[in-house]
Amino acid sequence: MEAVIQRAKELLEQGEVKAVLGYAKGTGSARRPHFARQAGQLDKLVMDEACVQNLAVYVTKHEVKKLGKVAVVALPVTQRAILQLMAERQLRDGSLAILAVDDGAVKELDSASALEEHLALKAQVLNAKDKASLADLEAMDQGQRWAYWQKELSRCMKCYACRNTCPMCYCDHCTMDCNRPQWVPVASHGIGNLEYHMVRTMHLAGRCVECGDCGRACPVGIPVHLLTIGAEETVHELFGQRAGHKAKLDYALSTFKTDDKESFIR
Amino acid sequence: MANTYNLSHESLKGLFGSLRRDGRRILAPVDAAGRVELGEVEAPSQVAADYLQTILSAKEVAFPKVERLLSYTIAPGRVDLKDAEPRALPTVLFGVRPCEAKAFGALDAVFNWDYRDKFFNARMEQLAVIGLSCTKADEACFCTSVGGGPADATGSDILLTPIEGGYLAEVCTEKGAAIRALAPDLFRPGNGVDKAAIAAKVQQAFDQPALTSQLPGMFENEVWADQALRCIGCGACAFVCPTCVCFDIQEEADPKKGERLRCWDSCGFHQFTLHASGHNPREVQGARWRQRVYHKFSYYPERYDMLGCVGCGKCTRACPVDMNLKEHLIEAAGVKA
Repeated sequence: MEAVIQRAKELLEQGEVKAVLGYAKGTGSARRPHFARQAGQLDKLVMDEACVQNLAVYVTKHEVKKLGKVAVVALPVTQRAILQLMAERQLRDGSLAILAVDDGAVKELDSASALEEHLALKAQVLNAKDKASLADLEAMDQGQRWAYWQKELSRCMKCYACRNTCPMCYCDHCTMDCNRPQWVPVASHGIGNLEYHMVRTMHLAGRCVECGDCGRACPVGIPVHLLTIGAEETVHELFGQRAGHKAKLDYALSTFKTDDKESFIR
Repeated sequence: MANTYNLSHESLKGLFGSLRRDGRRILAPVDAAGRVELGEVEAPSQVAADYLQTILSAKEVAFPKVERLLSYTIAPGRVDLKDAEPRALPTVLFGVRPCEAKAFGALDAVFNWDYRDKFFNARMEQLAVIGLSCTKADEACFCTSVGGGPADATGSDILLTPIEGGYLAEVCTEKGAAIRALAPDLFRPGNGVDKAAIAAKVQQAFDQPALTSQLPGMFENEVWADQALRCIGCGACAFVCPTCVCFDIQEEADPKKGERLRCWDSCGFHQFTLHASGHNPREVQGARWRQRVYHKFSYYPERYDMLGCVGCGKCTRACPVDMNLKEHLIEAAGVKA
């Protein structure tokens, strides 16, 4: 962490960035996102295994963009999300200083190509718990899986913590907030909850960087990350693509190929 | 003045039976796969053994997340309108914390302000609260800074405080007395236990009256935008909050029929104050966060002579980015205007 703080301090003091976004100690043993805008706020930065949140959720926010150039302490998931945001043209290449932290080492990656190169060396491994949960879901028959999600989603109250914590849910005007026409019922009842999570899942299939923050954000403990990660894994299986690995947009669900192996689309 | 009794563990079991025989459902904190949620129980053994608080508040008992207000059918030349009637079951809310019991007062202030809401009132009439004093607290708790306390009886019809072999039972209201009357023999004469010695120690964290009096002068202070920088604008805080009362009226309709629904809403959502013109008076998250604080600590005291916060800390525990309300209030109270 010393090296990150040192480099962040230099960037701030030299005026190369206006703020440093990293992690600080929070309530109890929690870690929280931390914006340091003066060198004096840098010593609050921490980096340990409790720092898990994908900080890329902040870099598309108007309030954060207004700060000026930001240096981001970036875990591999954050790096992937930033690269995906650049590929989707939500972030200008070079608009962030990226302090990539993995396996204790710090590396400065300031461009999409540098990120792409760095991430190509890292195998994306799904954690064992999520892998096991997905396998459990896969082993269910359709009826069981339907019952499982109906039960889980009945607790949803549409607080949108899962959507708002997701770096890839950056739309200013989300489908959920549309009322002319209203695509999805606003109310948090059975069909309203189900449609919301189906839309969220489909909008993230092929775009999910598998950070799991949506599941962690849910106040009532619905494992909603299994929906998006499951869809992402399916896209990978079928099309061999993963979100957050390419500087050029490579999005399976919006790609048309004349030599597509499926005849219906040709 | 409360009448104080002793209620043994065995007697509590009997009381649950009496309540059930009286036709009341009992809702209590239960362990649901590691989460503590309110659920229906029949016996004290089903109540979660060790919990600080439930994740969600108990407000849903009187103010559900979706409430159908009316329905209608449309035929050529006519509209048939049908008012919805509240489904209010006789209910005992057992084991909620004093902060949550007190929170019903803040809901009542709004639902009986300029209009008497029949849905809320019908459920409250059928509701009795058996509160349970806290013997432990965590970093998110700050009840003593907002006029409450870990053994405060406000809002409870009966307040229980754990003692050796059972509970100290304070019967605080007529509803409480009616519960005792179901099984008066179970309530033994009290022995003058010092509640304060048993209850959790929750240090006062900030000077709330001073904060409330200085808020009107610090509306433009940059502290709100600073604090809100990490807020992601979701509604987790508002939806777990026992006093957050904002709702949105939604219409679900097709050309032949429709329903009007009242749904929970949150001032943290960017769309909350979005006008049809496209103008948004609270355009940035800082303004929305400030509204949350002001509503609870400035507008509520001004309008209803009470606070819109009970210091339960649920918002802090539920927040995905650890917006710690107590900490933010301490900081705001320390701003020299």
